[in-house]
Amino acid sequence: MSNAVTAVSASPAANDGKSVPARLGEAFVGRLVIIIPYLWLLFFFLVPFIIVFKISLSQTAIAMPPYTPVLDFRDGISGFFAGFGELNFDNYAWLTQDALYVNAYVSSVIIAAISTLLTLLVGYPIAYGMARAPAAIRPTLLMLVILPFWTSFLIRVYAWIGILKPEGLLNQLLLSTGIISQPLIILNTYTAIFIGIVYSYLPFMVLPLYSALEKMDHSLIEAAKDLGCPPTSAFWKITFPLSLPGVIAGCLLVFIPAVGEFVIPDLLGGSQTLMIGKTLWNEFFANRDWPVSSAVAVILLLLLIVPIMLFQRAQARAQEQDR
Amino acid sequence: MIRKALWLSATSALLALLASGAHAQDRVVNVFNWSDYIDSSIIDDFTKETGIKVVYDTYDSNEILETKLLAGGSGYDVVVPTASPFLARQIQAGVYQKLDKSKLPNLSNMWGEVADRVAKFDPGNEYSVNYMWGTTGIGYNTKKVKEALGIDTIDSWDAVLKPENIAKLAGCGVYFLDSPTDIVPTALNYLGLKPDSTSPDDIAKATDLLLSIRPSIRKFHSSDYINALANGDICVAVGFSGDLFQARDRATEANKGVEIAYAIPKEGAEMWFDQMAIPADAPHVAEAHEFINYMMKPEVIAKSTNYVFYANGNKASQPLVSKEILDDPGVYPTDAVLAKLFTVGPYDPKTQRLVTRSWTKVITGQ
Repeated sequence: MSNAVTAVSASPAANDGKSVPARLGEAFVGRLVIIIPYLWLLFFFLVPFIIVFKISLSQTAIAMPPYTPVLDFRDGISGFFAGFGELNFDNYAWLTQDALYVNAYVSSVIIAAISTLLTLLVGYPIAYGMARAPAAIRPTLLMLVILPFWTSFLIRVYAWIGILKPEGLLNQLLLSTGIISQPLIILNTYTAIFIGIVYSYLPFMVLPLYSALEKMDHSLIEAAKDLGCPPTSAFWKITFPLSLPGVIAGCLLVFIPAVGEFVIPDLLGGSQTLMIGKTLWNEFFANRDWPVSSAVAVILLLLLIVPIMLFQRAQARAQEQDR
Repeated sequence: MIRKALWLSATSALLALLASGAHAQDRVVNVFNWSDYIDSSIIDDFTKETGIKVVYDTYDSNEILETKLLAGGSGYDVVVPTASPFLARQIQAGVYQKLDKSKLPNLSNMWGEVADRVAKFDPGNEYSVNYMWGTTGIGYNTKKVKEALGIDTIDSWDAVLKPENIAKLAGCGVYFLDSPTDIVPTALNYLGLKPDSTSPDDIAKATDLLLSIRPSIRKFHSSDYINALANGDICVAVGFSGDLFQARDRATEANKGVEIAYAIPKEGAEMWFDQMAIPADAPHVAEAHEFINYMMKPEVIAKSTNYVFYANGNKASQPLVSKEILDDPGVYPTDAVLAKLFTVGPYDPKTQRLVTRSWTKVITGQ
């Protein structure tokens, strides 16, 4: 089908009277526009990744920089390649020897998955309400979702310490109204981490959900109602499947950064919280073991690439459905 | 940590900007020191006296400083690492240049007792000069500790390292430093073992002791305890003396009835030294020496001590330090207590890994 579309659109272009060089020029500009994002990825993703990967194959040393071999051209090209023989995968083997790393990865994924689910549960009704609101106030609602970004992320997470701590605002409120008689211990627990992640990442969930729900044709629901379908099953049979691309996009936008999250567990979580971001920090700063921390980072990246690939496949499928 | 990273990138960007913006004839010195660690009027006075412009940046962990220095090309002229294990290890890695002592006539003001102890990490005091020093001890809320333990003052590590004692404090909240290189030696010393022991058996014993009190510790963190203690959110924190004095002052300023005291326990405590040093690749070496020499003037360093409440390693400054600070045994301990204070050298990589791994076991239970 897509081939047919290109064929149709291409044929008038071939006859629009433009000269061959002009068309070649357009093609060149088109290529250039595509090349820019590739260059961006090359310089800001692939090159740093190769550097990190190379360090992960090195060994620690008490030196500047603190690993060996350092591949450079000080001894010419041959000096550069001489270091290659010293590279090996020992650091990756090390990660499998101590259960700590596997546990940290697993626990990060679980914390991120639970937080993503909670964010979806909170975000969906908000996005739904926004999409069903009168068109005139929708931009205002959208603005309100984005508004928290005006304040630093760090300050907003700090603010939660003031709210959740034993003598904090939440406990003062609950104690003064007599709902509880003992202050709730929320700060420095997993609950606080979930609250922090749900709060911080909510806009990333609401925005894709909103854009999916807003596009939906409301007459489908009316048709379902006319045909005697109860509202709940109309939601599950029509609204939810149609919003699925938004659900997937939102979940990935929350899940991926949450796996590597460091600030929220550090500030709101307790010391017992085991997350890969903290483990990486320890390797890098406390042990000064740049090679092992690079290996941890490479594995984390691989761990995150899988959901991104799933997301891309889902998007490709959704685009095909649109056509 | 992100906050640190952001500060870092912001400050280094600013530094690059300022450094490149300065004219060739302007004399500049780029100083990288701990946050809240100087009376800012000292910097202004230095510029007035010497005409050297100071670009002053701060950090709040040795690890951040170390990472910048090891990566190289930091652009800083004077940095203030903690002597052990950081400075010692960094000297080994070739991070610093030897000081030109002919340019530091004020060295004659320094305190031999402190310089001798630092020599363990910086042999011959060739690379560094002491800025401030202190101890790792116990800060506590006097009222809440009296309620929990029935004692007026804490004078022993028993209060926090005996499971039955710390269990009584758990209700009002106990924080520990998240720093294996401070807490593990303290635990070893309490057990009557050598604080700088590298024996896996000894470290295992210290780990077991820490695991036994772990359930009563609310959080391990290296800076949160200042506010938590000052606000009355917790009642005991094991931390750095100066931070705990800051908590005491903030509590006094807030005037909400929170009273904080600091104890160097009688079993002894770890002593630390923050040392001024010049990176090997420092762009303004002459200015760096002038800055360090200026900081060794008795009246200057006394002003700094009066501001930050840490003891300094400058003997000649002591008559100028305010009496309240000089007579505080938590800041300037008596000779008997001073003899009990210990220092620990840097670990070899294998022991470092063992200590960090044991620490992870203590704090996460994994």
